[in-house]
Amino acid sequence: MENKIEVRNFNFYYGDFQALIDLNVPIRANQITALIGPSGCGKSTFLRGLNRMNDTIRSARAEGEVLLDGKNIYDPDVDVVDLRQRVGMVFQRPNPFPQSIYNNVAFGPRVLGMNKTNDLDQIVTESLQGAALWDEVKDRLDQPALELNPGQQQRMCIARTIAVRPEVILMDEPCSALDPVATLHVEDLMRRLSEKYTIVIVTHNMQQAARASDWTGFFWLGRLVEFNETTELFTNPHESLTESYITGRQG
Amino acid sequence: MSTFDEAPVSWQEPQKDAPPARRNWSELIIETLIRLAGISAVVIITLIFLFLLKEGAPAFMQVPITNLLSTRWYPIEDMFGLIPLLVGSLLVTIGAVAIAVPLGLTTAVYLGEFAPPWQREILKPVIEVLAAIPSIVLGFLGWVALAPLIQGAGAPTGLTAFTGAIILAYMSLPTIISITEDALYAVPREYRDGALALGATQWQTIWRVTLPAARSGIVIAVMLGVGRAIGETMAVMLVTGNAANIPQFGLGAFFQPVRTMTATIAAEMGEVAQGSVHYSVLFAIGIVLFLITFLVNSLATRFIGGSARRRGGQI
Repeated sequence: MENKIEVRNFNFYYGDFQALIDLNVPIRANQITALIGPSGCGKSTFLRGLNRMNDTIRSARAEGEVLLDGKNIYDPDVDVVDLRQRVGMVFQRPNPFPQSIYNNVAFGPRVLGMNKTNDLDQIVTESLQGAALWDEVKDRLDQPALELNPGQQQRMCIARTIAVRPEVILMDEPCSALDPVATLHVEDLMRRLSEKYTIVIVTHNMQQAARASDWTGFFWLGRLVEFNETTELFTNPHESLTESYITGRQG
Repeated sequence: MSTFDEAPVSWQEPQKDAPPARRNWSELIIETLIRLAGISAVVIITLIFLFLLKEGAPAFMQVPITNLLSTRWYPIEDMFGLIPLLVGSLLVTIGAVAIAVPLGLTTAVYLGEFAPPWQREILKPVIEVLAAIPSIVLGFLGWVALAPLIQGAGAPTGLTAFTGAIILAYMSLPTIISITEDALYAVPREYRDGALALGATQWQTIWRVTLPAARSGIVIAVMLGVGRAIGETMAVMLVTGNAANIPQFGLGAFFQPVRTMTATIAAEMGEVAQGSVHYSVLFAIGIVLFLITFLVNSLATRFIGGSARRRGGQI
C-alpha cells in the first residue's frame, strides 16, 4: 500500500522543550489514520507539523523529514502556502469566518485567484454536497455561517477545506465540540471522504478511533509507542502501555 | 432599557430565605448610586444642549438666515456667514482623516500582525507617549517647524488647512492605532489559522479575514480619532492662519489659510458683550458643531449595529 506521507526521524521543539521525539510514521494514501493519546502527548503538535501550521509559533523548530509524495515539506524551496493547499486542516472548534456560508466556502478558491461567479457557484455547491451539508443550507447560502449549529459549522469547515481540492485532510479533534449525533454525521463523512482524500485525525475519543479509522498511532509523552492497523491495535496491542491506555487504566 | 425596568424587582420582592435586611439596604444604596451615575451622563448632555440652545437660539431669530448662510464672516459689520467656518472645519478634518486613517491602520496592522515582539515593545510605548503630548505643543511644533516647510514648498503662507490637517492627524493617530490594534488582537486566533490552513498568504489572511472581523472596533477607532480632530481648537488656531474666507475649489484649497468653527469660538468669545448678537452667533456655531458630532456618532453606531447583525449577533 502506498504511503502518502512518510515521517522520518521527526523531532519538534518549543524553545528548549522537546515536544516530539524521533517519530517515524507512515500515512497511507486514501485511508483514515487516527492518532490517540493523553492530552499533551504531542499528537496535535504532530498533526500541525504535517502542514507546517506550527510555523506561526515563533519559538518552534522542527528536525527530520516529512515526505509528502516523496518530497520533504521542510525543504527550504517548499512554498508553505502551496503546501497548505495540498494538506488542508479542520480544527477542534468549528471556526467559520464571520461571513456568509457562501463566502466561507468560496474563500479558498478565491485566494487561489478564482473569480468567475459560475465556477465559484459550482465549487461551493460541490463542496457543500461533499460535506453532506448542501440540503440543509442550499436556501440560505447568504446567511451568516455563525448562525449554523456547531455540527453544521464543522461540516461547513470541512466543505471549506475540500473546496481547495486538497490531497490530505488533517482533522484536529473535529468532534470534541459536537454532540453525539453531529459526531456520527462527521464520522460518516470522513468515511466517504477517504475515497478521495487521505485523512489524519487526532482524537481524544478511543471509540471514535476504533470506529472510524483504518490505522491508529498511540502517542505517549512525545513518542509514538505503537502504530498498527486499527483492529489489530485495539484487539491485540503489542505494547503494555498501549494496552493499559486503551483499557482505561493509564492516562 | 430593560435593566431599568427589571432591576427594582430584585430588592422589592425578597425571596423566602432572604438575606438580612442590612444587606438589602446596602444593595439598594449601591444600585441607586450606579443608576444615578448611569443617568447622569444623559442628564448632563441634555443640560449642555439646552444651555447651548438657550444662548444660541436668539441668533437664529435676530440674524436672517440668508446672512448666516452667506460667505462673509465679519462680525463687526454684522456679517455672520457661517459657510467659511464650516468649510474651514471640513477641510481641516477631511485632510486629517485622509492622513491619519491610512497611516493609523497600516501602523496598527504592522504592530499587530507583523512586528516581532521586541519592536512592539519599543513602538507601543512611543505611540502612547505621542498621545500624552499636549495639543498646544503639537500646534507650536507645527508653527515653528511645519509651516516654514510648507511655505518653502511653494504655498503663499505656511499657515494653511493642510498644516492643520497634519497636526490633527498626528493628534488622532495614537487613538486610531491603539484601538485598532486592540481590535485586531481580539480577533480569535482560529480565524487566522483557518485562513492560513486554506492556503491563504499572510496578507490575504489579514485583508480578507482579520480586518473584516475587526471592523466594528476599527470603525470605533476611526470615529474617536475623527472626534478628536473635529473638536480640537488651540493647535488648529495656531497653524491654520485664521482667515475666515472660502478657499478656491480644488486641491489647492488645502494650501490656503482657513478658520475653523472651534477656533472662531475660542478667539472671539473673550471679546464679545454677553447677550449681544455676536455672542449668540458664537453659541449657534456651538450648536452646529454639536449636531455634526452627534450625526457622525449616530452614523457610526448604526454602521456597527448593522455589521453586528450580519454576523449573527457577535461583535
